Formats: sequence, structure tokens, C-alpha cells
Amino acid sequence: MKYYLYVFAIFCSSTICAQDCNSILLGEIVDFHDNSALSDATISITGKNVSTVSDENGKFNFKNLCNGVLELEISHPECTTKFVTITINGDTYSEIRLEHHLEELKEVKVVGNVPKNTNSGQENILSMQDLERNSGNSLGDALKKIPGVSTLNTGGNIVKPIIQGLNGSRILILNNNVRMQDMEWGEEHAPNVDVNANQNISVIKGAAAIEFGGDAIGGVIVLEPLPVVRTDSLFGKTQLNLSSNGRGGNITSSLTKSYKSGLYIKAQGSYKILGDLEAPDYLLSNTGIKESGLSLNFGKRDFVQGWEGYYSYFNSEVGILRASHIGNIDDLILSINSQTPSIINDFTYDITQPNQEVTHHLAKLSYYRRFEGFGKWTIQYDFQKNRRFEYDIRVGDDVDKASLDLQLTTHSVLSNLTFDAKQGLHIKVGGLGRFQSNFANPDTGVRRLIPDYDKYDFGFFAIGSYELNTDWTIDAGARYDFSRIDAKKFYRESRWEERGYDVDYANIVLEDLGTQLLTNPVFDYHNFSGTAGFHYEINENDHLRFNYAFSQRAPNPSELFSDGLHHSAARIELGDLRIKSETSSKFSASLERNTGTWGYSLAPYLNSIDDFIVLEPTGVEFTIRGAFPVWAYRQTNAVLLGVDTSVYNNWSSNIRTDHKFAWVKGTDIETDVPLINMPAANFTNSITYTNPKWNNFLVNLESQYVFKQTRYPSNIEVFSPQLQENVVLDINTPPDAYHLLSLNTEASFTLKNKNDLTVGLSATNLLNTNYRDYLNRQRYFVDDMGRNVSLRLIFNY
Amino acid sequence: MKTNKILKTILALSLIASVATSCSSDDNTPEAVDEEEVITTMNISLLSENGDTVSLQSQDLDGDGPNSPVITVENLAANTTYTGSIELLNETETPAEDITEEVAEESDEHQFFFNVSGSIASTTYGDTDGDGNPIGLSFTLVTGDAGEGTIQVTLRHEPTKPNDGTLADAGGETDIAQTFTVVVE
Repeated sequence: MKYYLYVFAIFCSSTICAQDCNSILLGEIVDFHDNSALSDATISITGKNVSTVSDENGKFNFKNLCNGVLELEISHPECTTKFVTITINGDTYSEIRLEHHLEELKEVKVVGNVPKNTNSGQENILSMQDLERNSGNSLGDALKKIPGVSTLNTGGNIVKPIIQGLNGSRILILNNNVRMQDMEWGEEHAPNVDVNANQNISVIKGAAAIEFGGDAIGGVIVLEPLPVVRTDSLFGKTQLNLSSNGRGGNITSSLTKSYKSGLYIKAQGSYKILGDLEAPDYLLSNTGIKESGLSLNFGKRDFVQGWEGYYSYFNSEVGILRASHIGNIDDLILSINSQTPSIINDFTYDITQPNQEVTHHLAKLSYYRRFEGFGKWTIQYDFQKNRRFEYDIRVGDDVDKASLDLQLTTHSVLSNLTFDAKQGLHIKVGGLGRFQSNFANPDTGVRRLIPDYDKYDFGFFAIGSYELNTDWTIDAGARYDFSRIDAKKFYRESRWEERGYDVDYANIVLEDLGTQLLTNPVFDYHNFSGTAGFHYEINENDHLRFNYAFSQRAPNPSELFSDGLHHSAARIELGDLRIKSETSSKFSASLERNTGTWGYSLAPYLNSIDDFIVLEPTGVEFTIRGAFPVWAYRQTNAVLLGVDTSVYNNWSSNIRTDHKFAWVKGTDIETDVPLINMPAANFTNSITYTNPKWNNFLVNLESQYVFKQTRYPSNIEVFSPQLQENVVLDINTPPDAYHLLSLNTEASFTLKNKNDLTVGLSATNLLNTNYRDYLNRQRYFVDDMGRNVSLRLIFNY
Repeated sequence: MKTNKILKTILALSLIASVATSCSSDDNTPEAVDEEEVITTMNISLLSENGDTVSLQSQDLDGDGPNSPVITVENLAANTTYTGSIELLNETETPAEDITEEVAEESDEHQFFFNVSGSIASTTYGDTDGDGNPIGLSFTLVTGDAGEGTIQVTLRHEPTKPNDGTLADAGGETDIAQTFTVVVE
């Protein structure tokens, strides 16, 4: 560890100003934050063979010194050595302030598996190795390593993380302390982040971290770059991955230059290309992906103050399985019954309709300043622009025209103050202001699924934690958020009446255009959230945490305004203007043991959500194209009960096994019917052999068993125009359980520096098993991905 | 001195923020979207040998709105051969846009399928695309004895061509799927 010395004041005793070498240096080493004394620091004078140790009051002295300049070398058991220059002019007193909290100046090695965003919440960290192994995958795939995290997929490349059964707007993604505003409301909208841009990833399950937002009913995913070391250095890293499935790969490279002064600059870029993916028995036509990412960090970190600028660019072009684009309910029935895709073309890297192209720009500026004996103040401004095109299969002049073209622009200002001057007490207060504007381009020639809107958010919070004694730490927090959404939306007159808005919302109609109405819905939401919990350190190895979180989430634009045919999903999605905020009360606990040789974690939770917003099939509507299933949003009261567990054991210094199990049960308690799209229980076991003597050789075999989801809402009965009769639309029945094996092996080699090259080879779905996953929206049409063998090379320089 | 610097920083940051927020808020009223390439109406006209015309219509003016298509039929004569033609319109636009031309232009990517039952005896394609495969914009329909019958008309986009004439073999996406229940007298 490193620390920064702050020589605060140098006093000279004016009465005794000795000329010869009998001056005394009286020193005191204190903590910058709370002025507490730091004992056991070793202080020596460079060039002379004298040293001393600071006493329990942090004091030390050297006698018989000559006047002039000296250099002191100060070391502490927990820190690396540091030097400070002092001018001796007679008897001299010097107070030396040390940064003891070290949060700004962490070195790479300090980053451990210790969660740090919450005191009592359930929190997991993704290791750097797991991240490197998932460099070619999506964020969601990487996070699946954490028990309790699953994904909602649209094929292999559109992957949304689910935390303890909840996804979408209930999960907040914090990219370098900027809350992602990337239209997270859609089921086929994946987070627009490059998994390679940030290397510190942690998942907070639930709303325990309210400083980031009060509406994270599902949880928070925190993505941060690695802290830059305060030394003069230049280093880089390049990783190349090649995959057999998709016949492509990705490359990512980063270069960091840092200076002793605290200045740093880091640039990173990634590019990924995959062609059509393959299921065990057939090609998945039009499932390619092209992705590019760029990020630039620069700033200056000093102990007292610092600033940072950050910019990131992300572009992703994803093909949507050609066979999943269907015409009407009869086509859907046909697909469900046939179990094989209707369209299989030759392998290609080309992406054609249906597809989506998303670009995300994120820029941030932040500044912090520390005040001695008080705390730290931070201010940040960030800007985001998200542009989404969705292309559909169209005819005539519109073949190459997007069916959906949305541009979401967000500005946020946030500021907070941390008080950490009192030992054991940590208080943080802060606020945020945000303006967001959505523009739906009418040039698509398709009615807007999401309208134009402006959104204003204001929020403030206070959180605190207090160490009662060495074993108990308690925490609590409260937050208030105001949000206003001001939309301009066109409704078809027939829809307006069918929804009953002509009765309830007659006053928001601006203009009657004959068949359409222009309306101006303006809604205000006042949301409160709060959290309280404790962390009890039973002993060195055992920890118990308990947390209660109360949170409220305002409905997103999709839940309010959706109205129309989603061609890619062949369904009519209907929002409801009457939807109000949902309110969650979540109790979570975790009992952990970690002895080094073995450990476990047992984390149960109960999440009771009032006015839970669900999207589910409700019926069917007829058009000239036939019948379409209607998916409508409604509100109900729900309870999610679950547990995430993990156990590991080091059987010898070479062999380790890991076991994880996650289960969640979601119920609509108003109707006593299971909730839709709840992840099935899953059980993962792995065995790892490592041998540091053989070039850090590692081989790991993993078995993943996903149970069949037995709890799901019943299917709906629809009239099939083609068959001229009512048929059961088997839309909710989950697929069977499945078992997948994967193998991973890696070793490190030395080219220039020690272990600077890591080579890894891995295979997922090793046995090329045919399976379908309940949480893949393409399960009606095709099997999931087959075997994928990938090679990765990681080079550090 | 330092406080001054901080104040300046805060001022600068809040200035950026306020400028950025103020310039993006506009109160422009969005323009309405009139759906393109939408088929709202299918008109089938059946011309008998003796010059009588029978019209069948399916009209769904609210597209994917909640209202079901409105089907209008006329009675057919028994044991008669009709020459049929199909017209597709987008009536959300004024004047109505003729989609028939687009289907005709991309005839290799489209095909109508006819399934008949009851008093409707058979249908035969009356046109072909560039590859010699049927389209179905014009066809022949033969009625049987008096009674009730159904005519099911399906337009598929990007079907397998050639196909055996069944929907299952053709695949593709459904652009139109309507059933007319008619009286043959």
C-alpha cells in the first residue's frame, strides 16, 4: 500500500537556535481524517544508520541533529515505504499526516474479494480471472458466475442480467459511477457496456446501496476501472479471444500511463465480431454480432483533491434470429409445434434484418476535495446519449429503413459529502439532479412504440455506518426521489377508448387528428427509500450480515406508454397510464465463513413487492394479418423468496471444488399464481486443479444443472384464424431441465516480464447438448448455442 | 486561495450542467406518424361469366389497434366460375395508398394461398412471377352447389418458392390472413 505524506507545518523554536549538531526533531504521525495518532511506524533518516518507532501517541524524536535538510524514510507494517524531506533549524517539530484510509490510492494488489459498497447488504465481486475468461462474452454472461444472478436472453448476444429474479429497470448499472441510461426497459435491450472497459465489477443484490439510487429493487451492478497507481509507469494489456461458435472473436487492449504526481491517462479499445452462432444441430441464421468500444480516462488523483474525465463509446450491431421473426399467432403456433427453425441459411458474418444497432456515448467530469478532520466532497457531471435503431423485415421502399429509431439524452449532476473524521463513524449525504429527453424519430414510418418525453429527477440521500465495537457495525440510510415525466404521445382513437382513457384522461388530449389523438401525459412520482442493517464479525472467519431495504420505483416509459405491435416478438405490448410506483420491502441476510481452506456463504432473502409491475400474455387481438397475442402490463402484489448458497473447499494445495446453488420462488399473492419469467433453480459444481510450479497451470471442469421451472402462469387459449378454432397457445410452458459441462484450462508464460503471457483454452457446452432455456425469448424457435471452443491470449506489458 | 479555486470549479461545473440541460429542453410538438406499407384493406372482386361482380372486403382501419377487421361479403351464385382479383390498400393515408403494386413488384417474395371449403369448390392461380411460380393477385374461383362455404386468403412474405401450395410447406411470414364465410345460392 502507498500513502501520501502531508507535511502540515514546521515550527522553529525561536528562543533556542543552536548552531551545532544538537538539534532535536520532534515528530508526530497522525491520521489525516481524524487526527488520531498512528503508532508503530518506523522512521529512519536516510544515509544515517538511525531509526525509531512511533509510540502509541504517534510521537517520535531524533536527537543530536545538525541544521539543514534531512530526508526521512517512513514505513508502516501495512504500507510501502515513503520519503519526506524536512528542514532542521534548531529544535524542530513536525506533524506528519498520513492517509490511513487509502481509498483513492489503492494499488492493484489491494483489490481483493472484499465487498465494499455496502456494510450489511448481500454483495459479490467478480474476480479479474472470471472477467478475463468472459472477455468475449456479454456482461450478463460474466455475472452469471455469481450465485443468484441469471440472465434474460434474446438469443446468445442480447443478454440482460437478472438479480434474484428481477431484471430491467429494477437493476441499476453504474458504469464508472455513472448510472447507465440506455433504455433498459425493453426485454431485448441489453446493457450497453463493454465488459472489458471496467475491471472491478461487483453486484449488490437488492436496494441496500441507496446512495446510487432508491429504485434498485433488483440490485446494483457496479463497474469501475482499476485504480491507477501513483507512480511513474506505463503499462498495457492486450487480450485476444477466438471462438469456434460464431467463427470469430474479440480483441481488447488498454494502455495506462501514470505519474508520481498523481496524473494519469488510460485508453482502452475493444472490437468483437462473430458470425452466425450454431446450435448442436443447425445454424442459427442471422445471429452475428459486431461490437466496438472505446474508453478514455484521465485525471489527477491526489490525497487532498483530484479530478477525472472519462469518456466511453460503445457500438453494437446485433442480428436477431431470422426464424424468430414471425407473422402472427398461427406462425407462432407453427414454430412452437415444429421445434425446428423455419429458416436456415448458409453461415455468414453479415447481419441483416431483423437486427438492432445501438450506440452509447458516456462522458463524465468529476472532482473531489478532502478537508482535514472533516471528510470529502465530490461533484460529478455526466452526459449520456443512447441511440437505438431496430430494423425489421419490411417491403417496398422501406426495406432498409429502421422500424424504431430512438435517441435518449441524459444529463446528470451529483454531489456528495462524506464525513469520516470520527473514528468508526462514516456518514455520507448527497443529492442529484437529472434531465432526460427521448426523441422518437417519426421518419421510420412506423407508429412510435415509445413516445417523445422529457424526464426530470431530483433526489437526495443520507447514509451512515457506525462501528459499535470491533465486532458490530450498524448502518442506515434514507433517500427521497422526485421524478416527473412529461410526454407527448399519439394514441389511436380506438386504443384510447379501449383502455378507458377517454374517461380517465380526457383532460390531457391536446389535439384530435381524426384517427389519432395527441396527448400530453405529465406524471409526478415521489419515491422514498430506506435501509438499515448490521454486520457482525462473529470471529476472524465468520461474518453475519442482515439488511432491510425499503425501495420504490417509478414506472418506466415502456410500462406507461407501450402501445403497439412489436414485430420482432410478434406481440402487441400494452402499457398503462394508470401504473404507479412499485414498493419493495426486502429482508436479506448472509452468513459467511472463509478460512482460506474452506468456506461457505448462505444468503436467504424475502422480497415483498406491492404494486409489482408484470408483463404477461393476456389474450389476443385480431388484425388483417391475423391474430396477435397481447402482452399487457399490470400491477399486483408479489413475493419473491429465495436463497443463494456457495461452498468451496481446498482439498489439497492443488485441488479445489466449488459448489453453488440458487433458488427463487416468485408468486403473485393476489391471485396465488406463480410469477412469469422467474429463473429456475440451478446447481453448479466445479473442480479445479492448479499447480503454480507448472507455469501457474490451471484446469477446471464445471457442471451446471438447470432445473425445469415448474412454477409458471397458465397458458392462454386463443382463436386461430387458420384453424378456425380455439387452441392453447403454449407460450408459458418452460422447457426441460438441462445439464451442461464446460472445461477451462490456462497457464502463464514469461516473455519479457514474469508471467506476462497467459494462454487459456476453454470449451462451453462441451458435450454439444441440445437444450432450451426458459429465460431465452427464442426458446420457441430454436435450441440454445452448442459447443464453443475458445482460445484466449492475455499479454501484459 | 484554495477555496477560491474550489468555488471556481463548482461554478464551472454547474455552468456546464445548466447550459447542457437548458439547451436540450424544447417544447416541440412531435409530428404524427402515418403508417406506411400497412395493409388495412383487402378487396376481392369476383367477376362471373355473365358479368356479375361479387365483392368481399376485409377492412381494419386501426391496424394493430384493438378493433378487429370488419368483414363484408356478398352472396355467390352456385356452380359458377369467377375470375378473381385482389386489391390491397393502405387507407390510413388520404388518398389511400395502393399496396397491390408493391406486392406485384416483389412478386418473387410474395404468394397468396387460398383454402376453400363447403360450397366453394376450388381455386386456381391466374398469374405467375418471373420464375414461373404462382402469385395469386388474380385467380379463378369455382363454386359448387348452394350452401355455406369459406374462403381463407393468406398472403405470405418470403415464402419458399416453389412450394406444394400448402402454408406449412411455404413458410415465410404472414402479411394477411383472413377468412370469409359466404353463402352460395
